[in-house]
Amino acid sequence: MNIINFTPITATVGGMIIGLAVVMFFLFNGRLIGISGIAANALSEKNNRFDNLLFLIGLVIGPILYTLFTNKEINITISNSLILLIIAGLLVGIGTRISGGCTSGHGISGLGRFSLRSIIATITFMIVGILTVLIKNYI
Amino acid sequence: MNKLISLLAGIIFGIGLVVSEMVNPKKVLSFLDVFGNWDPSLAFVMIGALIISSPLFHLIKNNKKPLLADSFNYSKKKNINKRLIIGAALFGAGWGLGGLCPGPAISSIALLNINSITFVVAMFVGFYLVKFFKLSS
Repeated sequence: MNIINFTPITATVGGMIIGLAVVMFFLFNGRLIGISGIAANALSEKNNRFDNLLFLIGLVIGPILYTLFTNKEINITISNSLILLIIAGLLVGIGTRISGGCTSGHGISGLGRFSLRSIIATITFMIVGILTVLIKNYI
Repeated sequence: MNKLISLLAGIIFGIGLVVSEMVNPKKVLSFLDVFGNWDPSLAFVMIGALIISSPLFHLIKNNKKPLLADSFNYSKKKNINKRLIIGAALFGAGWGLGGLCPGPAISSIALLNINSITFVVAMFVGFYLVKFFKLSS
């Protein structure tokens, strides 16, 4: 194992900003943030639909505002074929809705309230994610 | 007013994803590459988020009600079953393949990247399939 590109400070600060969003949504609106649930319900549930849509719009304009105010470009690298991304997207969509949460819903909101369900889900998707990368990179 | 909070919470969450660089699938995949070239940053994102959200969640949940809604409304499910594990495993496999999870994927639509948009469309098809076949845990 080599440790590379480790950015503990920006990671922690970014995480704290995410935590702030979770607290704010809970304090004012009484809901815990789980993006897969918000996104899926924005499409299929009438209940809270407008709130869910506004949250998703915010999620998209957040990075745009960040770029406008800091003048920093956001660089992302996705080095996968479209077919692989379609398979990955389907797996993420199906998996998060079957287990009822993703990195935010189980990994942040769920862990934060000490939900055993979310602890088990988080450990599971972490282990399978690590194994998938291992298989993809080395075999 | 609570509509404004929904929008603001989304914006702040999105900014957090950019500051922490979690919008970049390469960074996420390096976190999952524990046995190769490992970048532990994602763990620090979770720790940073939890330091803020966990203590405040436990304080706020004792309030009678949220400031702008009638009642607190979050999952109190306790059932641990096969679907929870299978779902999480499928998600982990997709996450490891693409390096994208729902939040960063939706945020990266802002960058008009054809790859992440393709991923998001497939993800929504996945959401719909679970709803259609009533598979949730």
